[in-house]
Amino acid sequence: MIYLTRKIEFSASHLYHNPALSPEENRRIFGKCNNPHGHGHNYVLEVTVAGTPDPTTGMVLDLKELKQILQREIIERMDHRFLNYEVPELAGQIPTCENIAAVIWKLLQLRITKGRLHRVRLYETPDLFVDCYGDGRAGGEGGPR
Amino acid sequence: MNLVLTRRYSFAASHRLHSPRLSEEENQRTYGKCNNPYGHGHNYVIEISVSGPVDPPTGMIANLTELDRFVEHEVLDTLDHTYLNEDVPVFRERVPTSENLCMEIYDRLRAFPGARLERVRLEETSLNTFEYAGEDGRQR
Repeated sequence: MIYLTRKIEFSASHLYHNPALSPEENRRIFGKCNNPHGHGHNYVLEVTVAGTPDPTTGMVLDLKELKQILQREIIERMDHRFLNYEVPELAGQIPTCENIAAVIWKLLQLRITKGRLHRVRLYETPDLFVDCYGDGRAGGEGGPR
Repeated sequence: MNLVLTRRYSFAASHRLHSPRLSEEENQRTYGKCNNPYGHGHNYVIEISVSGPVDPPTGMIANLTELDRFVEHEVLDTLDHTYLNEDVPVFRERVPTSENLCMEIYDRLRAFPGARLERVRLEETSLNTFEYAGEDGRQR
């Protein structure tokens, strides 16, 4: 089994606010992430696909194809967007790194048909990231974790 | 959805690798320049990974402010700018290698109430890293 990883970056803004909570509770739980006009990050996304190389091409999947999928599904949807208001998949959710990673997993799992999506790693900053393994076990089958 | 959140922190500390169970010569042979009598220091980086269900009202596995506070209180406050061999009681008995330091940090953080501790990854330098996920952890 080979694990192939491609990295992309996108920039987006968000804010954390739960309308079911009072302004004071929002402030207490989310701190400055609750600032009303939002703030932004340069997100870095690493997508890892597991598979066996095709004997003819030597590839698990064509990197060009993966690049196109990432462009269409992630960049066009999220880059230079305000995640709360412009990404329908996040509607009704707080756009935390956890929730964005889970949305990205669901979007990519539908599109990656060669190999198997193993891990989505989303960096919000260099010091904070989330790994999503779908419903699989973290690091299952000896893959990177 | 299986999600793991990781946060990086750093601290600076010095240590000397020296085992009282070994002779001077054996210590020198085993630890090389890490056995130099006055010790030496590193900028350590730790990556703390926690997992658990995402709480729908907050969208979070763990509140980062709580995690930061816990790591600061349990780890950073007592290790940063110290000489590990003398200032950290556990290392008066145990050689402060990065293996032992990584396990010590894991043991201190496993009581974090906000989420399940998955693993601790310790970078002694950018070239040496150590990971510990408990004795039953799926380590890699």
